[in-house]
Amino acid sequence: MKTIGYIIQKEFKQIFRNKGMLPIIFILPILQLVILSNAATYEVKNIKFAYIDYDHTSTSRALVEKFNASSYFNVLTDFPSQEIASAALLRGEVDVVLEIPNNFERNLLKEKTADLSITINAIDGAAAGVENGYVNQILQTFNKDVKTNIIDTSKKPVQSVAIESIPSFWYNTTLDYKTFMVPGILVLLVTMITLFLSGMNIVREKEIGTLEQINVTPIRKSQFIIGKLFPFWVIGMGLLTIGLILAKAIFNIPMEGSIALLYAYTSIYILVILGMGLLISNFTDTQQQAMFIAWFFIVIFILMSGLFTPIESMPKWAQLITEFNPIKYFVEIVRMVMLKGAGFTDILPQLWKTMLYAAIMNGLAVWSYRKTI
Amino acid sequence: MKEENVIEADQLTKTFGEFTAVNAISFEVKKGEIFGFLGANGAGKTTAMKMLIGISKPSAGKAAVAGFDVYSQPESIKKNIGYMSQRFALYDDLTVKENITFFGGIYGLSRKKIREKREQLISELGLENISNKLVGSLPLGWKQKLAFSVSLLHGPKIVFLDEPTGGVDPITRRHFWEMIYKAADQGTTIFVTTHYMDEAEYCDRVSIMVEGKIEALDTPKKLKEQFKVDSMNDVFLKLARIPSPTLPKGKGENTDCN
Amino acid sequence: MQLKINDEISSPLWELEWKMKRFIGFIKKEFYHIFRDRRSLFILFGMPIAQILLFGFAITNEINNVNIAILDHSKDASTGEIINKISASKYFTVKQILTRETDIETAFKKGKIKAVLNFEKDFSRNLIAEKRATIQIITDATDPNTANSITNYINAILQNYQQEKNRTIAVEYQIVPQTRMVYNPELKSVFMFVPGVMTIILMLVSAMMTSISITREKELGTMEILLVSPLKPFQVIIGKVVPYIFLSIINASVIVLLSIFIFKMPVQGSLFLLGLESVLFIITSLALGILISTIAETQQAAMMISLMGLMLPVILLSGFIFPVASMPVPLQIISNIIPAKWFIIIIKGIMLKGVGMAYVWKETLILIGMTIFFIGLSIKKYKIRLE
Repeated sequence: MKTIGYIIQKEFKQIFRNKGMLPIIFILPILQLVILSNAATYEVKNIKFAYIDYDHTSTSRALVEKFNASSYFNVLTDFPSQEIASAALLRGEVDVVLEIPNNFERNLLKEKTADLSITINAIDGAAAGVENGYVNQILQTFNKDVKTNIIDTSKKPVQSVAIESIPSFWYNTTLDYKTFMVPGILVLLVTMITLFLSGMNIVREKEIGTLEQINVTPIRKSQFIIGKLFPFWVIGMGLLTIGLILAKAIFNIPMEGSIALLYAYTSIYILVILGMGLLISNFTDTQQQAMFIAWFFIVIFILMSGLFTPIESMPKWAQLITEFNPIKYFVEIVRMVMLKGAGFTDILPQLWKTMLYAAIMNGLAVWSYRKTI
Repeated sequence: MKEENVIEADQLTKTFGEFTAVNAISFEVKKGEIFGFLGANGAGKTTAMKMLIGISKPSAGKAAVAGFDVYSQPESIKKNIGYMSQRFALYDDLTVKENITFFGGIYGLSRKKIREKREQLISELGLENISNKLVGSLPLGWKQKLAFSVSLLHGPKIVFLDEPTGGVDPITRRHFWEMIYKAADQGTTIFVTTHYMDEAEYCDRVSIMVEGKIEALDTPKKLKEQFKVDSMNDVFLKLARIPSPTLPKGKGENTDCN
Repeated sequence: MQLKINDEISSPLWELEWKMKRFIGFIKKEFYHIFRDRRSLFILFGMPIAQILLFGFAITNEINNVNIAILDHSKDASTGEIINKISASKYFTVKQILTRETDIETAFKKGKIKAVLNFEKDFSRNLIAEKRATIQIITDATDPNTANSITNYINAILQNYQQEKNRTIAVEYQIVPQTRMVYNPELKSVFMFVPGVMTIILMLVSAMMTSISITREKELGTMEILLVSPLKPFQVIIGKVVPYIFLSIINASVIVLLSIFIFKMPVQGSLFLLGLESVLFIITSLALGILISTIAETQQAAMMISLMGLMLPVILLSGFIFPVASMPVPLQIISNIIPAKWFIIIIKGIMLKGVGMAYVWKETLILIGMTIFFIGLSIKKYKIRLE
């Protein structure tokens, strides 16, 4: 125990003495939390919208006015011709183009039906789908308006059936994506910092030669490893604390569940990451290799965590891979505890898996750490 | 008492795939002796030493250090030895005091003992004014002396020094050897590798390794007589047929990419 | 050796040639360094390929197989039809049938389902008698992005059902939109993500590897040896960077081939232009790596800056996953300093829209400008240090 104390003391001194690293460990993540949490929205708004009006009638102008009034569309300009509109679409200046053909009003009044053409930039397929939905909504209300404005009121119209759907967004009624992203990004930052620092730490001593000096001492490998990893565990917990305070102070993120439960889970979760870092350290000779491997896994963990894109939408085999993604569990837990107020029994499945994961990772890491070469 | 062997190696061998780095070497080192372990770069000195200090498993042969077997009791060996590596191995980003405290701590010295040793060591080396300076800012010679003192901190029976005076000026080398003598006088066995042949003269006995084998082993005086030359340098030149230029070069490149 | 040659050869042309040889020799040494180490090589080539394959298949912002629950207070013909319609779609799987309002909370807390459809009492009767009936779509909005999409998808299905019901009734005044989804008619999300993944791989590999390999020489003290050699400092840097340019070009080519043959990405525009732009982006990233190496003293610092500093901003602000246009205005402005954003616009333009230089010259100029800026700043920092 005393021996571990000496190692911990030494690690802390080295971390806090390195003035170049301190801002990277503490300030960079906080800045990113505060800034980047605002970026992660799938909401489609400010759609770059333009139109070509060949009709030039009051009806066509009324239709354009509808788009203008919508908060989703940002009506930029009217193009004189299809060619110019296409070029603008190519340049990416507009994303949705509405083309109102000649005789639009006449057709609508006479034949009770009129064509319109809509061109949508569909590179982002999901966004294109949403944009299409918005366009259809506006057209439908426009249809109704036409009816009420034009129809002879004496003639009672045939009433069509309507299913009214009332959306109800639980746990986040205003659909504020920051409520979801701030805890999620905090999870990513805590994971990145602890994985990178622990992954680099031992391989760094290998590279500068001090590890050999340690290996000829009678220190036990478990003592050495615990002493090495404990400071990063503290840094991870510290970062979580700072992040939670900022989440409350700046973003006013709710804390529905028990904060103690969140800390208890995190304390085990960080062990998984530290074990992983140590394992990487053991199997690499240089910091460069270690970091590249850490980078490889962290990118996979981040992109397959369910934070940015839904896991259910992935193919089955990919979903199976996510079962091995610790970040996925952490994101789920943070979401459940902070936003839904989930209790101990609710998070039990994830907790078990995380504990098992921690045991395996650290077991492997201690087992594969060799005091001999 | 003087005849007690603290290191015994018998047909000790280390192979890396096809390459035999250490080829069945046998020797004994007696208690309190200064044993010089000579050889050209790449002759296998460091590999042999790493087997003795318990961080590299031998491929064949037997060896015991301080009475413990290198295969089965490496951790017991580590309690009884000190080691100073070829590459400087104290922490550059810790101060003189902190390095001493840290290494004392992981050797399991008591807090009181660490404090005593630290004060004693700093005053012996005359480092009072710079004991709170980062080790990285010290000149190389001081770092080496400090590293040697740190390797003696826990009172080991044997100290292994791997080319301790590489890159150090002659005056510091002189001081360094005074420190070695002092430790030997106090009963510590010194096992030192070097390729400075003048240093070989300071040793009680020397062995000369050539391409993984021990080609000669005796006191410097007897070796000079045996080879009918005036200096250890000439003994070395006679023995160490400078190996074919490809071998050390190839090996050197391998080690620097690790 | 060197002195001898210098003495013997006085012709400036010879000397130039000799200098070139020396420089090429140095680059060769750097290549050996990287390529001799099999493990690093495997990591450098294998991992990006693994990532592009994994992400190309796995990452999508569409909604698929979402687990939902039904709370049906009517259990009549209409609700049955709607439930069938929903479970027949590939988007939703009905996982649970609830009986009480209070079950909803428990179902959500367990986290197994994402949405609950709550049909009012007497749904069919209301629909026939009063011509309107109500469904409540309750979503777990802890992930608001997904919740929003789920609501949109369910609404679309409901609308569809409604239209079928109304088909018999003559509808007056109908505008029929002809919608054309251009550049990606099948709305494949892989078209959106492959360019992004390619960008993030090239950016991080190039920036990270150069910054680390240069600081490594600094840390090990070998940089000083190189600097006192007859090589000029910029030659030393170029020598270190050239192998990584090659490496990244190979990586980029493999990624493009994979996206064409495995993910069926079209290359509407010129493959040659795509190549040139990729090389430009690689050089921009390397320049950024060089800049990081002038700031960082240790490998550790270099790695943390390039990994911690670049990873999330590149993922989040480049338009890789999240549309830049929807972000708050300050972030839209910040996103302009992310080189990856411009490169993603360029590759999407060339591959999907088939545009040429006439359409991407602005983005290209921005990347060139950034490269010059990074290199200029590095030289300035470097000079300050030497003085």
